[in-house]
Amino acid sequence: MNRRALPVAVLAGAGLFAALALPFLYLTPNRLLSGAPHSPQALALAATWALVAAFGTTSAKGGPVAVASMAWLLIAGLPLLASIDAHSLLLTTIPSARVPLGAGFWSMWLAAVLLMLDRLRDVRMAGRIGAWLSLLAALVAMGLGGCFDTLALVREFHAQRGPFMDALLTHLVLAATTLVLALVVGVPLGWWAWRTRRTDGLVVGGLAFLQTVPSLALFALLIGPFAWLAQAWPALGAIGFGGTGAAPAVFALVLYALLPVVRYTVAGLGAVPADARDAARGLGMSRVQLLARVQLPLGWPVLLAGLRIVAVQTIGLAAVATLIGAGGLGRFVFLGIGQGANDMVMLGTLAIIALALVVDLLFQAMLALTERRP
Amino acid sequence: MIEFDHVHKRFGEHVVIDDLSLRVEDGEFFVLVGPSGSGKSTLLRTVNRLVHIDRGSVRIDGVDVATQEVETLRRGIGYAIQSVGLFPHRTVGENIATVPRLLGWSSVDIRARVAELLALLKLDEPAFADRYPDTLSGGQQQRVGVARALAARPRIVLMDEPFGALDPVTRESLQASLKAIQRDTATTILFVTHDMDEAFGLGQRVALMLDGKVAQVGTPLELIRHPANERVREFVGGSRARLRELAVRRVRDSMRKDERADGDAVDGGASLQDALGAMLAQGRDRLPVSEAGQPAGAILLADLVALRE
Repeated sequence: MNRRALPVAVLAGAGLFAALALPFLYLTPNRLLSGAPHSPQALALAATWALVAAFGTTSAKGGPVAVASMAWLLIAGLPLLASIDAHSLLLTTIPSARVPLGAGFWSMWLAAVLLMLDRLRDVRMAGRIGAWLSLLAALVAMGLGGCFDTLALVREFHAQRGPFMDALLTHLVLAATTLVLALVVGVPLGWWAWRTRRTDGLVVGGLAFLQTVPSLALFALLIGPFAWLAQAWPALGAIGFGGTGAAPAVFALVLYALLPVVRYTVAGLGAVPADARDAARGLGMSRVQLLARVQLPLGWPVLLAGLRIVAVQTIGLAAVATLIGAGGLGRFVFLGIGQGANDMVMLGTLAIIALALVVDLLFQAMLALTERRP
Repeated sequence: MIEFDHVHKRFGEHVVIDDLSLRVEDGEFFVLVGPSGSGKSTLLRTVNRLVHIDRGSVRIDGVDVATQEVETLRRGIGYAIQSVGLFPHRTVGENIATVPRLLGWSSVDIRARVAELLALLKLDEPAFADRYPDTLSGGQQQRVGVARALAARPRIVLMDEPFGALDPVTRESLQASLKAIQRDTATTILFVTHDMDEAFGLGQRVALMLDGKVAQVGTPLELIRHPANERVREFVGGSRARLRELAVRRVRDSMRKDERADGDAVDGGASLQDALGAMLAQGRDRLPVSEAGQPAGAILLADLVALRE
């Protein structure tokens, strides 16, 4: 077996195990109680994974394409299959009954996504984006067409549609504000650290230390100072500034984002060859011209790579911000945990993951554009 | 005219330039030569204020460089360095156009100037201006570096070992190009090298720098014939200095116009070193000399041995 076949074999094995040993979905009397496991298509799914393993380990020329196509079909087809199963289960039971997805479904879906990621590694950027976009389009089309309406997760979404859209927007605003502020503060700070060679000094060291403070603790620590600020300056309180809410949340998120922004700014500036800098100065470029014409264009890809990490990190961290009243998708996670409503937790979690993936893809596309030689 | 007037520079405890005074005339090809750490590069960089001096003054045409706005000063002075320092994200044309663009030339003027410089530096392959630096050979990169230094027609050009990293054949070709350009444009060039052959080959006058001081300044012949002290003699090459002298002198200055000889002719503009090489190759102790293809005289081995000033 060659090295490239190993990931496929492992993932197909995991899929096979999930198909046979883990529950595909459950039937529950209502959205809070737990219910009985059902795996109606276990053997058919196991056969599919065996086929994936066979295609993945064959040395025949069409092998990789076949595996990628099957991964595509699994990612799009598993939710559809679950919906059909759910439909037939719901026919025979009470109206409040629900069909949540089980560990078997999630494991196989994850395995299929990883399989596709692995198979697309050697494919050109355009092909990769095309594969994912077509998949996304297929899933969205089926979702909008009502194909998944029998699943508990989708029912939960329909019940929470208004609050969900609000939370999504709040989440995006929190993350975007954080990113902009981190750039505005972090890039000049990074430039200063680079110029004075204080990359291991107090400021950067302090930011690194901040990274070790748990996010929950930092949010809690900020309540006191921010409440005091709002009291000391009522004008701040009037515009929504206070111990809880968006202000301390964004502040904490910016603190976490600063270290990577500063680090990648320093790395970006370091990406400019010293001789090009010397020549630029010797030929009469001012400091601003050097920055705008040489350092920024050459360091931009590095900074953008850093921003990609910061954006994904911020979207994840912003989930916790709901605990100090800043809202966002984390609201569903913590509310769901409190109520014991697993579908609500899933709804929030999946939305955060999807958001992070979309933002990550956007930054990848931007990176690919900047790195393209004109 | 560049004047260094009692210039002093130290980095920490280490004195790099020690109370140095020197004058470079207008239109002169002036070479600073010396071993590593002798302060020659530092001295060069005081002219465009990449190095700030502790005492003394550097003047261009009588005006202290310290009193001028630093970007204006630098845009008026060409600058080329050994590592070239081309901007990797800019094309050859954009690199060459750096200073004209900073000076706000029109795009028509810039395009014309870039084309002119590409021809001047023998870079006139089609679409050369649109290539990126990482697609060029080392010699091509340095030609672009020189073109960039010359782009805005500066009256003074500073060159810090620009040919140091090139192979001998490429280096000689670039030296010849630079010498011709300097002669045609009457640009003042201040050129730093550690290579004595390069210094004597290019410089109309040469300053040998040792330990932050000028050990001796003069024409190549003066340094070879009359070294100021033992250390200068050592650097100029001791007994081999006479071989360097042959490289500096022209055939037409030592030939006998009334004599003729057999064999393949050497050109009057060639160096005596070339003539000696031709004699060794042909196994003769005298060779005919031609000027513009016409017989003009003969060059004798005995005259090479007994060269006088």
